[in-house]
Amino acid sequence: MKKQKKKNEFLYFTLRNRKLQIGLSIILFFLGLAIFAPVLARNEPFAYVNLRGAQPPSSEYWFGTTFFGQDVFAQFVLGLRATFLVGAIGGGLGTLIGVLVGFTAGYRGGIVDELLNMLTNIVLVIPTLAVLLIIAAYLEVRSIFTECIFIGLTAWPWAARAIRAQTFSLRTRDFVDLAKMSGMKPLKIIFTEIAPNMMSYLVMTFILQFGGAILNAATLDFIGLGPTNAVSLGLMMQYAVLWGSLLLGHWWWFIPPGAAITAIVGALYVMNVGLDEVFNPKLREM
Amino acid sequence: MLKLEEISKVYRVGAFGGKELHAVSNVSFNVKDGEVVSLIGESGSGKSTIGKMILRLISTTSGNIIFNDANISTLSGGNLKEYYRNVQGVFQDPFSSYNPIFKADRVFRLIREEFYPGTPDREWDAKIEDALCAVGLNPEHVLNKFPHQLSGGQLQRFLIARALLLNIKFLVADEIISMLDASTRIDVLNLLAELKSRGLSILFITHDLSLAHYISEQAVILYRGCVTEMGATDHIFDNPVHPYTRMLMASVPRLDKKWEHGVVDLKEKHAAVTGCCAFYDRCPIADKSLGCDKFQPMLTEAEPDHFVACYRHVER
Repeated sequence: MKKQKKKNEFLYFTLRNRKLQIGLSIILFFLGLAIFAPVLARNEPFAYVNLRGAQPPSSEYWFGTTFFGQDVFAQFVLGLRATFLVGAIGGGLGTLIGVLVGFTAGYRGGIVDELLNMLTNIVLVIPTLAVLLIIAAYLEVRSIFTECIFIGLTAWPWAARAIRAQTFSLRTRDFVDLAKMSGMKPLKIIFTEIAPNMMSYLVMTFILQFGGAILNAATLDFIGLGPTNAVSLGLMMQYAVLWGSLLLGHWWWFIPPGAAITAIVGALYVMNVGLDEVFNPKLREM
Repeated sequence: MLKLEEISKVYRVGAFGGKELHAVSNVSFNVKDGEVVSLIGESGSGKSTIGKMILRLISTTSGNIIFNDANISTLSGGNLKEYYRNVQGVFQDPFSSYNPIFKADRVFRLIREEFYPGTPDREWDAKIEDALCAVGLNPEHVLNKFPHQLSGGQLQRFLIARALLLNIKFLVADEIISMLDASTRIDVLNLLAELKSRGLSILFITHDLSLAHYISEQAVILYRGCVTEMGATDHIFDNPVHPYTRMLMASVPRLDKKWEHGVVDLKEKHAAVTGCCAFYDRCPIADKSLGCDKFQPMLTEAEPDHFVACYRHVER
């Protein structure tokens, strides 16, 4: 009964927060586009449907057509799917590893901390691009999933370092001692005493990892190391630049993917600020 | 009830742990049933370290802590939980003892989750009400609030109420009234005295001699991790033997004296010394011919129930 009440209170502040409302609606809008992409796209993304080549947006082709007469809107909505997939899996994996390593190192301390710190530093200095070139040489067909895993496995170190530092300072607080004296086990202390205190930070980590993964994927796609069997917003921009849309003024080809990436990452940041207000009772407007 | 046998805590500091820092050295004392023992010392004397070692929040480097015939360093799992059912602590800073993002009464809920999982709601609410009344709080005023909405004195009493829920036998009170203002201070102090009359043993950690004198029967005076003087509070306060204790007594501000009358000559404090009496570099009566510069003196009996660690005293 008590728990129910608490959850409702949390939900109340979440739904009332203006920044969260704005950020969430932008994300949900793009997420909706991505989810209903197969219904919304009236053409195959790479099919040559418009014989007149590059055309500006019209009622037939909402975002116009590419140099080859492909439907930009179809590519865009299907590319959004890849973007959200990379953000969720790549960012999620990066956050998960960062959280596990950070909490363990920070809470246990001592030799465990030093070993994990060493691992973190090693991964931190690995040159991502060079490794990816080698991997790309071995894998003839790269899928979006491979890209996600790779981004997740290389993006976690800074998150782990930051979480470790936070845990380190929180575990010496008196309320952790009090929890120990209440007979709580270390794992429970980490998740019910320490983690809630840095919840906005953890969410921010996920949001930054989410956004970072999207940007990373766009970079990899843009330099030609992206998936070979899919469409994504980064690939769209790569093709647009390759086929001279900047010179020819085909703005409808590269602006939608670029604007979408910016809007999604920006909305995530705004949400983060809003969440901080929800999690920290002192910041709430009572 | 609680017995400390030669406990020490050594921290390794510096690059590669090359240096040793002796936070607590060979401290032994007992706390009997229903007794209040004061642990007196200045900042950095190791008094809080001893409290945390008793609460098993810090491990001991050597020595044993015996609670009701059980060595607490070997406790784990269910036995450790049982230990915490008997022994609890309250810390100096009431604000940092609460997780700032949860309501203050969460400390009660944790106790319920861990120690009384099957208790029905009504029985539990009645128990909380009793505990809060016992510490002089009005449940209506303090329940369902965030820590920053309560005062320091309320929070501190809240924590004592939390300890009471467990029917504890022993309380480690680590500077619990240093952060409170004078009017709340006496309330909490009287609360402790009342708990003591109900049979609770208390280790009262403080730097304030008058508080120690007010509440405790036994006192232990600590300097740089070593016991300098211990015994019945009356004996120590009526007849301080160790030069450090005398200096402490002289430095207590008194209502009937201005500062000009009680000037204390403090020698400059040097870096940590090892291999001599802990008080050697500040001691006004140190004498090399007695070995003050070579060894830490052992505790010797000055009178019944009054021990002191000073070579000058042995000589006398």
